[in-house]
Amino acid sequence: MSFVEARNIAKSYGERPIIANVNLDVDQGAFISVVGASGCGKSTFLRLLLAQEQPTKGTIRLAGQEPAKEPGLDRGIVFQRYSVFPHMTVRDNIVAGESFHQSPVGKFFGKRLKDARDRAQEVLDRIGLGHMSTAYPSALSGGMQQRLAIAQALQDKPKLLLLDEPFGALDPGTKLSMHNFLEDLRTETGMTVFMVTHDLEEAFKLGDRVIVFDKPSWDVPDPDMVAATITYDFDARDGGIPFQTIKEETNLFHSE
Amino acid sequence: MRLINRKPGRILGLILLLVPFMAVLAAYKIGSDIRLAENPRDKLLPAPTAVVETAGRLVSTPDKRSDTILFWQDTAVSLQRLATGIGIAALISMVFGMLIGLLPYARALFAGFVNVLSMVPPLAILPILFIVFGLGETSKVALITIGITPFLIRDLGQRVLEIPTEMMVKAQTLGATSFVIALRLALPQLLPRLIQSIRLSLGPAWLFLIASEAIASEAGLGYRIFLVRRYLAMDIILTYVVWITILAFLIDYGLKKLGEYAFPWFGKDGL
Repeated sequence: MSFVEARNIAKSYGERPIIANVNLDVDQGAFISVVGASGCGKSTFLRLLLAQEQPTKGTIRLAGQEPAKEPGLDRGIVFQRYSVFPHMTVRDNIVAGESFHQSPVGKFFGKRLKDARDRAQEVLDRIGLGHMSTAYPSALSGGMQQRLAIAQALQDKPKLLLLDEPFGALDPGTKLSMHNFLEDLRTETGMTVFMVTHDLEEAFKLGDRVIVFDKPSWDVPDPDMVAATITYDFDARDGGIPFQTIKEETNLFHSE
Repeated sequence: MRLINRKPGRILGLILLLVPFMAVLAAYKIGSDIRLAENPRDKLLPAPTAVVETAGRLVSTPDKRSDTILFWQDTAVSLQRLATGIGIAALISMVFGMLIGLLPYARALFAGFVNVLSMVPPLAILPILFIVFGLGETSKVALITIGITPFLIRDLGQRVLEIPTEMMVKAQTLGATSFVIALRLALPQLLPRLIQSIRLSLGPAWLFLIASEAIASEAGLGYRIFLVRRYLAMDIILTYVVWITILAFLIDYGLKKLGEYAFPWFGKDGL
């Protein structure tokens, strides 16, 4: 049984279909890049995975569980913007990953707060934000904010990490260091990741699979009324260079 | 160079800032001089020196009967009414603003009602307040509260709705309950906006305060102005008007500074 199981998903807003006939099976620990033109339902699909919205048809199961009705601890999310809380210091943003669900008022006090802050400081030191721990996120650069957002999302060890164009607003250099950061985290945690991106190079570099959302037909009077679906599913392992494995024992290439 | 690209320097900017004030003062002085030249006993536009002299007397000389300085007593009474009215309005509007902004059920229940309520002209129900609460402090505080609360609720509800969906979703993925989201996300994000909304409500709040004091009161800045109006005591009225303006300005400035000090994260990324 696959870890993420999307069966016959369709989503429409009113009359307008966004995606339809989406079927997907993803193994645990896989990194799936989701690409496609604007308005082809990539982000919609991500919101369905997140359970922020419900599919019009079909079900999405995570680890064989009942379909989720709302976002929860088992799904982590990083958006392109607004992914951290601007009114909390950098360190307390990390602490929130624990306190939001462990305390009935969402806040630790006394020794518990101190311990949580110490742990948060360790996390920040590890991701290179230790010196900014008491600053507010607005003082961070775009790359630092996204690093913080990812670290915060990982605080609760989600089964599934969803990234919605997380590096879309970053400059190329920062983007590369974020790629390394993300790959390190992945090696460390072995989590399953979905990343929506517009950057094909990034998609093939980071992803094990690259799935493409597109409308099956654009050549109709009103393409808006055609739902998008998954049109390609590439194997992107081995540094994004398509490769072929010889699955059968053959002696064709061996001369005696 | 285009006009839109020309900027005044520091000193010129300061001069320009002062020009309208000076112009008003000059116009008053000229008008006052003309009237006083015709009739030295004219009361409509007393000489600026006379106003300053009256002001000096008002802030320092105790009333013969009560042995208190009425100017400061009026100020204290009025400020207390203003603070109580605005304070109650702030509390009510925080609660309802959060409910309306966060819970679709509360929004369905209250939003329409508050919108209709905010259309009721508060001054029109002042007589009702006097009848219900009597002529004491309650009716004056109630007028201020009733006058600005619907606006504050609508405004704050809207501000909560404007909290980016991304943050609300993020909080949910961190396992926050509705209560935790209200307490740790919506409330802290709302407080700086509350200060902004209160600053916007200060004008109406002063209006309601002075209106209720003018109609039935025994002390207060508005009461005094309407009392001395009967004697055409323009020097006293002008002193009080300037003083109210200064107070309003100081309160507004104080709230602005309080917001900047208490919420240093606010307003940088447009959040």
